Amino acid sequence: MFKDITLGQYYPTGSVIHQLDPRTKINFTLAYIILLFVVNNPVGYLIAIGMLALVIVLSKIPFVYIARGLKPLIFIIVLTFILNMFMTPGQVLWHWKVLHITREGLKLSIFMALRLTLLVAGTSIMTLATSPMDLTDGMEAGMSVIPGLKRVAHDLAMMMSIALRFIPTLMEETDKIMKAQKARGADFETGNLIDRAKALIPILVPLFVSAFRRADELATAMEARCYRGGNGRTRMYVLTYTKRDAVAYLVLAAMAAAMIGSRFIQYPWPFPFG
Amino acid sequence: MNEQTAFVTHGQNGQDAERQPIIRVENLSYAYPVEDSDQPKQALSDVNLTVARGEFVGIIGHNGSGKSTLSKILNGILSPDSGDAWIEGMNTKDPEKIWKIRKTAGMVFQNPDNQLVSSVVETDVAFGMENLGVPSEQIKEKVTEVLDLVGMSDYRKARPHQLSGGQKQRIAIAGILAMQPDCIIFDEPTAMLDPNGRAEVMKTITNLNRKHGMTVLHITHYMTELVGADRIIVMDGGRIVATGTPREIFSQVAMLKDIGLDVPQMTELAYLLNQDGYDIPRDVLKITEMVEALCHLK
Repeated sequence: MFKDITLGQYYPTGSVIHQLDPRTKINFTLAYIILLFVVNNPVGYLIAIGMLALVIVLSKIPFVYIARGLKPLIFIIVLTFILNMFMTPGQVLWHWKVLHITREGLKLSIFMALRLTLLVAGTSIMTLATSPMDLTDGMEAGMSVIPGLKRVAHDLAMMMSIALRFIPTLMEETDKIMKAQKARGADFETGNLIDRAKALIPILVPLFVSAFRRADELATAMEARCYRGGNGRTRMYVLTYTKRDAVAYLVLAAMAAAMIGSRFIQYPWPFPFG
Repeated sequence: MNEQTAFVTHGQNGQDAERQPIIRVENLSYAYPVEDSDQPKQALSDVNLTVARGEFVGIIGHNGSGKSTLSKILNGILSPDSGDAWIEGMNTKDPEKIWKIRKTAGMVFQNPDNQLVSSVVETDVAFGMENLGVPSEQIKEKVTEVLDLVGMSDYRKARPHQLSGGQKQRIAIAGILAMQPDCIIFDEPTAMLDPNGRAEVMKTITNLNRKHGMTVLHITHYMTELVGADRIIVMDGGRIVATGTPREIFSQVAMLKDIGLDVPQMTELAYLLNQDGYDIPRDVLKITEMVEALCHLK
């Protein structure tokens, strides 16, 4: 049942984006998020949208997958849109009873909705185009540069990769336990929410017991293979930057310059609002 | 013989290392503390044994006979109450030598799932080498070599949860081989496998010993797996009760049955025929030998 489960939401296509060093992708995404909050004018947002479109096309990931990532956030995006639209004081464009839309409110709500949409789409592109293993490696490399996190970077990455390794194993086990409890007359399908939550207890208890036993055995096996933390450890695949990454960083620099620059330019043409 | 030297790393003075047993255990005792009781459970009492270079030694015993405790002491996971265990002359109690000991005497465990660390086969095989600080290029070469040795080259990029139990166990063996140990301790590696997986793993272990000269200490409760061993040690209640060649051990059907072990089918048949007054040698192990013996009957 769970044999073919995909981990995370990795969508392999082998594109140039997929082949980038995970560090490049993480840095790029972080910079993109920061830039989204720096930008305050339509030109800047056009650049951001253009960049996202370019990355999506290059990654060869179907647009529906990215749209799917936005789905759970539609409510939040719509809510912020409405709140910003009606709650911002300023030059009134339209009003009905207590409700009024201001020029500033309209601008702010459109920008906020755009920001959130681009932010979510941008990060989901990263997770769609980077395998969880690469992502872990990239995060370890990224964290070990930050002074305060240096000591725990390896431990956190190891924990993450072990979690990834055991997700399918534990899911298979959950399936087995569910079947075993069903065979003993357990009922998971009927009753109200509280009944169903209670019905999970006979699954969770054996699952936790087994997970702890596995953790103990795994720790022994890791020590038997001379694991003693990150010190003095080498890697089979060392992360290396290639020309592709250099190009990506150049593109990032150009995009950052353009997006920040767009704040200071005096625009000769009038904006619809702004 | 060239292949053999690739795996057996000799000590500085090769001559001495050659003569010295890889595993030496003297007067070993160990007791587990038992909850709600002042009386600890004696898991091992006064165990002595040696394993020479290139030997295939089987340890057999029922549950609770102390065989797994023994393996954990050999790997420095448990520390003995009294007595000593040496791996290549290094005492397993010595905390400074512990990593060297674990590299020298690799260990394969019972549960195939709980000893694979990585989500990709090749990085799992590399795990031990990464811990030992082997440079990247050498790791890649070695991974290719050991995966080939256990016949899992096609699964280099596979994920562990897509593999069968026997395949996972062969990956675990490859992970140990990659660390270039002088001997491998197998702690019931077939106990959780189906008959096919068991056959796969046994073929791999036998192959390692025969073709590559790897010293093997195989702990199991399946008698038939030890038919090809050089020596068998029978344990019961934390003591060694018998030791000898498979033929010597298996012919003592009454003793083995007494401590709750099964003997190979043919040996049991020979035993039963003997009891009925037929003149069949007691040390028959294989079907072909049985056919031979039966044909010689008058």
